[in-house]
Amino acid sequence: MDPLSASATAAEIVFDRATKRYPGRPQPAVTELSLTIPAGEICVLVGPSGGGKTTAMKMVNRLISITDGDITIDGTSVRSLDLTELRRGIGYVIQQVGLFPHLSVGDNIGTVPKLLGWPKKQIHARAVELLELVGLEAADAKRYPAQLSGGQRQRVGLARALAANPPLMLMDEPFGAIDPITREHLQDEFLRLHRELRKTVIFVTHDIDEAIKMGDRIAILHSGGILAQYDTPDEILANPASEFVERFVGADRGLKRLALRRLGDVELEPAAGAATDAPRCKPTTTLRDALSLMLTEGAQEIVVAGDDDEPVGTLTLQRVSELLREQVTA
Amino acid sequence: MSPVIAGGPVIPNYGKATGCIVDNNSFFCTKWIHQHWSDTLQPALVQHVWLTAIAVGIGFAIAFICALAAHRFNWLVPPISAFTAFLYTIPSIALFQVLVPITGITITTIEIGLVGYTLLVLFGNTLAGLRSVPPDVIEAARGMGLTRLQVLRRVEIPLALPAIGAGVRIAVVTTISLATVAAYITPYGLGKPIFDGLQINYHTEYVVAGLLAIGLALIADGLLVLAQRALTPWRRARA
Repeated sequence: MDPLSASATAAEIVFDRATKRYPGRPQPAVTELSLTIPAGEICVLVGPSGGGKTTAMKMVNRLISITDGDITIDGTSVRSLDLTELRRGIGYVIQQVGLFPHLSVGDNIGTVPKLLGWPKKQIHARAVELLELVGLEAADAKRYPAQLSGGQRQRVGLARALAANPPLMLMDEPFGAIDPITREHLQDEFLRLHRELRKTVIFVTHDIDEAIKMGDRIAILHSGGILAQYDTPDEILANPASEFVERFVGADRGLKRLALRRLGDVELEPAAGAATDAPRCKPTTTLRDALSLMLTEGAQEIVVAGDDDEPVGTLTLQRVSELLREQVTA
Repeated sequence: MSPVIAGGPVIPNYGKATGCIVDNNSFFCTKWIHQHWSDTLQPALVQHVWLTAIAVGIGFAIAFICALAAHRFNWLVPPISAFTAFLYTIPSIALFQVLVPITGITITTIEIGLVGYTLLVLFGNTLAGLRSVPPDVIEAARGMGLTRLQVLRRVEIPLALPAIGAGVRIAVVTTISLATVAAYITPYGLGKPIFDGLQINYHTEYVVAGLLAIGLALIADGLLVLAQRALTPWRRARA
């Protein structure tokens, strides 16, 4: 295998009644969790504190042992694999990043390749390649973690997790300790990166908005690690499976759903009938932002116009409401 | 400290520098230093360096192994801490004296005592250093598939180096100082000219030997600081 190639194979992950029980505690931390994560998708585990989402994630690389049931990666049980071999094949990113303060950025990124016995030159080339991939510079390889900002550190953490090109990434609240502006930036970049690399990702967060933004699928866990719902973000927002899920996603779930869709993705009415003074939006604008604009401008409709400023259609307030009541499209 | 002279007036052999004694028993007869550098001071200094290096070397080896064991098995911490603290409380001259019937008037006697006194600070600092490694760093290391031994060797020990280095510096400086006392039992190292000088009430000898001990401590400490900087370049890296 050419370790420098960006075309990673992704793995399918299956939780099969995976259970974690701690001795002396009446309720399991994770209860018979069963779900299938298709290869190349981002699955977000979300839920309130004590919901067992981090526990469920750490059972995959066996930082926490599985009491009952099983988890398989491409059909192979994680219980059957050698512990170090299993972990070296999984990218691991945590909130506090956990960079090694005594190693340069380049050596941090090269940790797993070095354990795998790659030649020095190749490790260095890989570190430079990854630094550029996560938006840093080759010269940063010589710096120490203490010389980086919080956002830069998390980028290095991501690069380090990607170093040996693992088919699976585990990310435990990776952007949780980062200021809101940098966080949004990192989320966008990670999504761009994911479209390129297509690895399977298990992403833990307690923030439902982050879950909706990042997840191809969302697993909502409630206390005791019981799966409340596992579905696409659109489906969860449109049809919450229980009162718990409804409360967890929030009363504004309609608005959140609108944020998932862009003007360019929905069927618009002809532009001809629109009022001339109607506000204008680009096709990349989300329905939520378009609605916000209509409400602030006091307009009943907006005109969608491309880069050449040529109107392509109109979105009315009426149509937004219809779209929300429509069945899930995804 | 009162002179440990027994008996009446002694006319010691001051060698060729007698002149500067007879005129005035000064605290710093440079002529005597010149004449006795090679037969008294230099050998004592070299011996003192060895005494210290062996004591800290053996002490460090013992303390390091104990700290690794205690880091792995927490229940070992109280007994080892208590034992090293107990050793530290024993008055030094008494300890050296007690050892004489067992190990005789030998360098071994000195070294056993000196090693005993280094253990408290070397064990304590090494353990504190190993424990100071942030839990997220350990978790990341384990999550990436480093074995327990690799975590220890590549992460915990390097990150404990600043604390270990601080412990070694204290151990070296206190050992250099304490080793002069050991000459009361076994005449060896810089303590020998100090006790000799006191015995014959010749100021220059014990003052110069004492200054050499201080100088040695300062130089050793300085070298250790430099070594520590070379070993931990990451500590000076700041944004």
